[in-house]
Amino acid sequence: MCKSTNDEGRGCTGASCLRKSDEIGSRRRFLANVCTVTLGAVSLTILPTVSADDESGYSAAGDVAKPLDARSPVFGFLVDTEKCIGAGKCLSACRVENNVPEGSHRTWVERYVHFKDGSVQVDLVPEAGYTGSELPVIDPDRVARAYFVPKLCNHCDDAPCNQVCPTHASFTSPEGFELIDAERCIGCGYCVEACPYGARFINSDTGTADKCTWCYHRVKRGQSPACVEVCPVGARLFGRLDDPESEISKRIAKIPTHVLKEHLGTHPKTRYAGITPEVI
Amino acid sequence: MPDATFVFPNDPQVTWSIMIVLYPYLSGLVAGTFVVSAFYYGLHFEVLKPVARLALTTSLCFSLFATLPLLLHLHHPERAFNVVITPSATSAMAVFGFVYSVYMLLLTVEIWLVFRPSIVERADSRRGAARLFYRALSLSVQISDGGRAVDAKVIRLLALLGIPVACLLSGYVGFLFRAIKGNPWWSTSLMPVIFLVSAMASGIAALVVLYIMICWCRGVAPEARCVRSLCRCLWIFLVVAVSLELLDIGHMAYESGSQWGVIATLLKEHLAVSYGLVQLVIGSIVPFFLLLAAFLPKFKPRLMTVLGGTAALLVLVQVFAMRWNVVVGGQLFSKSFRGFVEYSVPWTGREGLIAAGVVLLLPLLTLWAAANVLPLWDGSNVSKSLHD
Repeated sequence: MCKSTNDEGRGCTGASCLRKSDEIGSRRRFLANVCTVTLGAVSLTILPTVSADDESGYSAAGDVAKPLDARSPVFGFLVDTEKCIGAGKCLSACRVENNVPEGSHRTWVERYVHFKDGSVQVDLVPEAGYTGSELPVIDPDRVARAYFVPKLCNHCDDAPCNQVCPTHASFTSPEGFELIDAERCIGCGYCVEACPYGARFINSDTGTADKCTWCYHRVKRGQSPACVEVCPVGARLFGRLDDPESEISKRIAKIPTHVLKEHLGTHPKTRYAGITPEVI
Repeated sequence: MPDATFVFPNDPQVTWSIMIVLYPYLSGLVAGTFVVSAFYYGLHFEVLKPVARLALTTSLCFSLFATLPLLLHLHHPERAFNVVITPSATSAMAVFGFVYSVYMLLLTVEIWLVFRPSIVERADSRRGAARLFYRALSLSVQISDGGRAVDAKVIRLLALLGIPVACLLSGYVGFLFRAIKGNPWWSTSLMPVIFLVSAMASGIAALVVLYIMICWCRGVAPEARCVRSLCRCLWIFLVVAVSLELLDIGHMAYESGSQWGVIATLLKEHLAVSYGLVQLVIGSIVPFFLLLAAFLPKFKPRLMTVLGGTAALLVLVQVFAMRWNVVVGGQLFSKSFRGFVEYSVPWTGREGLIAAGVVLLLPLLTLWAAANVLPLWDGSNVSKSLHD
């Protein structure tokens, strides 16, 4: 009598036993078939993707970005809060240039008001030409200091948004721009949550993650970002940090600048001049 | 004068909705129920035999739908396979796909091996369409005594291997949140551990509830020893989970870092009901006392079953509330740390309440279907008739 086991594999006897050699042959055939089918399915799934990538030259960095120069340029963005007057023209320009849907913001301007009693009030500056809301009027006698802070993507060197993206849809261009491949983005929102600056959002029109690109498309054509272009007072400055003669390099060398939430170790490339610790 | 509130303009969008609450909830149930089954198949805890098959099948049924909330949440679900085709090695979410795949493979093989003798027997004994169905399920492979012995060893190996994989699966979900360093509510070192322990608690609780309800529906009494053991395990995991949760918040409060103010306001004003009342009082304190009945040997089995079942139901509510408070709570304050936003779940839509209810119902319907196809009960699941 053959030894057998029950469903849980413990000792009982069974009557219907096959010969051992038949069973081993059956098992081997079965395992061989499973392996063949699995390998075939994996090949069919992965190979077309790999070959398509090879043909297009696609990489995590994407084929949209070729170095603008022979040497790899290093770009930076300087926000000078001492100059900003809160005109809001940059906001309108960004929305028009990048088709940003209503309710979402690639850039915005905050007004910081430090009162004499030590408290701080922060308000959102409305876009130029937008009449939906206005900044609250504050009694000047109560104010110790006030300034405007334009905000935008910080294009961090160690971008947490880039790190958490599961599909490589968020990537860094060769010039250091943090960009999003809308064709690859699945719209999971992980990058939106991971950005500590609130710079990302899900675009309601495309269903993909969206944010400031420093107007990469314009920079590739040799133009400045739209917000920089329209700023009437030069509070936004964009340029090459690897060129000591560029205006941004000279300004950064001359005045103290800071980055936001430095303790997080994201190493932002957008720098701020004239801000206090209350700006986060 | 306190600082006025200010919310970053992109923050009013609560990106992760109720579906992302369900995702770790279902993952926890998957892992927790599996570990119970592994205690029997891997570690031979005989007292759990009545629920061993149920645990394994429940784990499979929940795992089949564990990623459904994610798909419903994605704005481009048609691109979901990008996560496994072009994964990013630095993304916790992408790596989760592989952990989940390994777990599914392991679970499927184990459950097939466990039910294989019954499937083969039915393939031989049934006629017509049922015969074809069971033959397909058996993959037309016969089974011998030697095969059964090999199967038993493989089942044990898979059960033992499955324990760390299941722990990884549930802890990993916590890591998804821990990885977001800019959010003080999520970015705590205890987050993965809390998710892991509460996953075990939810899995055990689900089994207690399912086992008792199924027994009642079948008109038989649940095995008292089994229910008692499960309730004791549940009490231990509940105590550890709640202790860790309170330690986490206690540590934040004691440290009183720069962001404690916003966390304190979040707890006091925005999560007062879901955290204070539901998670702590109804979901933790009440079942803590109810489950003590399992430690009193003189308690009548029937009363202990009622108390244990009630407590298990409340633990399921507790774990859901914990997932809610973590996922939604972490998005209720702006990244400016100066203001809060509101979130209410819509009734309809892909991420609405009805869809969430369907997502929770589908694994149970699948379990019902599985119970009609596979022999979840072999006579050892019950002790005596309920009406005796």
